[in-house]
Amino acid sequence: MAEATTVEPTRRDFLYIATGAVAAVGVGSVAWPLISQMNPDASTLALASTEVDLAALPAGGIMTVKWRGKPVFVRHRTAKEIQEAQATPLAQLPDPQADAERVKKPEWLIVTGVCTHLGCVPLGHSGDYDGWFCPCHGSHYDTSGRIRKGPAPRNLDVPPYQFVTDTKVRIG
Amino acid sequence: MSGPSTYVPKSAIGRWFESRLPIMGLMHSSFVVYPTPKNLNYFWTFGGILSLMLGVQIITGIVLVMHYTPHVDYAFQSVEHIMRDVNWGWFMRYTHANGASMFFIAVYIHMLRGLYYGSYKAPREVLWILGVVIFLLMMATAFMGYVLPWGQMSFWGATVITNLFSAIPLVGTSITTWLWGGYSVDNPTLNRFFSLHYLLPFMIAAVVALHVWALHVSGQNNPTGVEVKDVKRDTLPFTPYATIKDGFAMVVFLAFFSWFIFYVPNYLGHPDNYIDANPMVTPAHIVPEWYFLPFYAILRAIPDKLGGVIAMFGSIAVLAFLPWLDTSRVKSANFRPVYRVFFVVFVLCGIGLGYLGAMPAEGGYVIASRILTVYYFAFFLIIMPLLGLFETPKPLPASIADSVLARGGSASAAAAGAAHAPENK
Amino acid sequence: MIKTKLSLTILGLATALVAGPVLAAGGHDSKLPERQPWSFAGAFGKFDRAQLQRGFQVYREVCSNCHSMKRVAFRNLSEEGGPQFSEAQVKALAAEYKVKDGPNESGDMFERPGRPSDKFPAPFANPEAARAALGAAPPDFSLLAKARGYSRGFPLFLIDALPIPGGAYQEHGPDYIVALLNGYSKADDPNWNDYMPGNKIAMAAPLADGAVEYTDGSPKTLLQYSRDVAAFMMWAAEPKLEERKKTGFRAMAFLLVFAGLLYYTKKKVWADVAH
Repeated sequence: MAEATTVEPTRRDFLYIATGAVAAVGVGSVAWPLISQMNPDASTLALASTEVDLAALPAGGIMTVKWRGKPVFVRHRTAKEIQEAQATPLAQLPDPQADAERVKKPEWLIVTGVCTHLGCVPLGHSGDYDGWFCPCHGSHYDTSGRIRKGPAPRNLDVPPYQFVTDTKVRIG
Repeated sequence: MSGPSTYVPKSAIGRWFESRLPIMGLMHSSFVVYPTPKNLNYFWTFGGILSLMLGVQIITGIVLVMHYTPHVDYAFQSVEHIMRDVNWGWFMRYTHANGASMFFIAVYIHMLRGLYYGSYKAPREVLWILGVVIFLLMMATAFMGYVLPWGQMSFWGATVITNLFSAIPLVGTSITTWLWGGYSVDNPTLNRFFSLHYLLPFMIAAVVALHVWALHVSGQNNPTGVEVKDVKRDTLPFTPYATIKDGFAMVVFLAFFSWFIFYVPNYLGHPDNYIDANPMVTPAHIVPEWYFLPFYAILRAIPDKLGGVIAMFGSIAVLAFLPWLDTSRVKSANFRPVYRVFFVVFVLCGIGLGYLGAMPAEGGYVIASRILTVYYFAFFLIIMPLLGLFETPKPLPASIADSVLARGGSASAAAAGAAHAPENK
Repeated sequence: MIKTKLSLTILGLATALVAGPVLAAGGHDSKLPERQPWSFAGAFGKFDRAQLQRGFQVYREVCSNCHSMKRVAFRNLSEEGGPQFSEAQVKALAAEYKVKDGPNESGDMFERPGRPSDKFPAPFANPEAARAALGAAPPDFSLLAKARGYSRGFPLFLIDALPIPGGAYQEHGPDYIVALLNGYSKADDPNWNDYMPGNKIAMAAPLADGAVEYTDGSPKTLLQYSRDVAAFMMWAAEPKLEERKKTGFRAMAFLLVFAGLLYYTKKKVWADVAH
């Protein structure tokens, strides 16, 4: 009898712990599909790249294309705009980044059209730096899409993109 | 739910909280110390299984709604989008669709258990009637849910069932128009069904809370039908005894459920529901989901439209009067040899009606439906009231504890004492 | 004893209710399809990639002239569990199709080469156009393998649900499709089909021996074509079939282990009481 009382509890405890652990695994593996279903679905992922034809955009023009449900600005910069962007000393920038890091070809600037402050769409060709101006809370961006003045903390994001041909670019 | 709580929180914060909102005490008295008869068999685990199924349906339903579009032009497409593109969408949808069937399998077993062991009799009449209310809400929810994928069976099922109301004299047509929000089943109908399909499960949950409350006032019935006489000798605390047993039964049920989800997910569905709803073409053979078939057979057994509708609704309504239709003083059919025979015939009659509901309404099938419909009603309206007066029940055990000891039976068990009684079922 | 009997009764009830299904789609006067050897049948079933690829070839060269497949996207062809063409193949294939897009800046709709994310374009603009051209609107292919079926009748339909040899039968649709394609038995009546409910079919026999050039050496026979295209249609209707069965195995294994553990835990908990 004495033996039984010493052996019993450990075996019993092991069984309880094993059952509890397996239950936890079960709850976890059921939770995953419930969480994962809110991630982008296959059709959304399949549309994650957009091809843009640049041929029709004149120098100085801005084209807005939709990529992943939000606007992307494609700006055909003039020589003056390129010069302004390149000449700005990094010390003047709240989020220092050279223009060369933000473009693949100097005449084409491609940035997401979402203000890094709270997500509004900035207006082109306006603001103190002739880049973009966000009407929601007054952020000014320059011709490289960099934040110069106002509450936004970061430069406009540059989406991943590639030139498929000289006049065709694939965003995403 | 079972009298004043003896729960005393261990921590100071616990005591502070408990004196302001005694919810832990309520949980403790309802799901920990709540006394359960020690002789319950596995049929008593279906209440827990049903709660689990309600939870599964609500959770998967909420997930599906995140991807579903309730519009006649998009509903079918959005369901296919769930099946093809949404992460784990096929799993959610097959779980929800088969979950409805599992819910009904469990509820039918639960109801037949009540019917067999006389669980509807005093003092559990209110408990039983709340159960009938839940059953009605379940049927309404399931019916409206089946319409949402907007396939051919969805559409024509909705058309046929809503047309039942047109049988009502004078106002029938106005009522169907009102139900449809138009002159046929169309977008307004789909939208209101969607709204109500989302609402009703929460109403079910509320009535379930009342059902459990009522249960915890009267206490559970048990296979002997003899009420608890001595809490110490006759019962065990809910936790861990009933919780672990319910947990085991739930997992076994989930394995059964999973077989359907993963291997035969379309077995309980109808191929026609993979065809877009088309108001211009009726499928050759309209059948409701399997769980409605017995009632559908009763509907079709009556040659008169209004009569059929009344019989169908009556076949469910009669359940609510069961506590007063049964005149027997003995609850459990284990001690009612004659009733048991009638009960088995009743179960077979239900299966038969289900089969006939799936068959075309012609010739021998109709005659068979009529015979079984007569038995269905006779069972409740004639056999139950009369049998209680004439049947001689077998002698009842003095108490639950006595019946357990008698069954544990043999001398060895008694000699070894309670601690080593073999698990004998 | 009482319990066994009652359990049996309830078990019987449950089975019969479970069985209510109701795959009663077939007419009474048509023949019942034969069961085909499907690689995707059963608990461990998987599609045969080569078969799906051949089936797609049959669809593309023959069926797609009349039948749309609007719920399937080109990208699906390279996804796991399907024909698994390479992404480059799918891109090239999609580009061969013209897809309507727009409006462009001048407000016009235009046609462009397809992309993998596009769905298969339909051969007709709408069912009415199809009806005008063909006399009847051909059904969409996307779900046809699940939207067609037949009942094996009582009691075989009960076995269809069970995990036993010959059971777990879910391939009514593809079997029916194969039977239908091989069911044109009257040379003088192109609209007679042994397996069509009512025997009257608007579609004349679409396939015959040698109709499609296979490059992998598979027999160029009507039976082979119809099996391949039916397998492809099953995939089109249920692209997650392999994922489902694979997940199912894990879920079942887990639940059985969990149930076993709970059973012994329950025994331990109840060990010290008579009940």
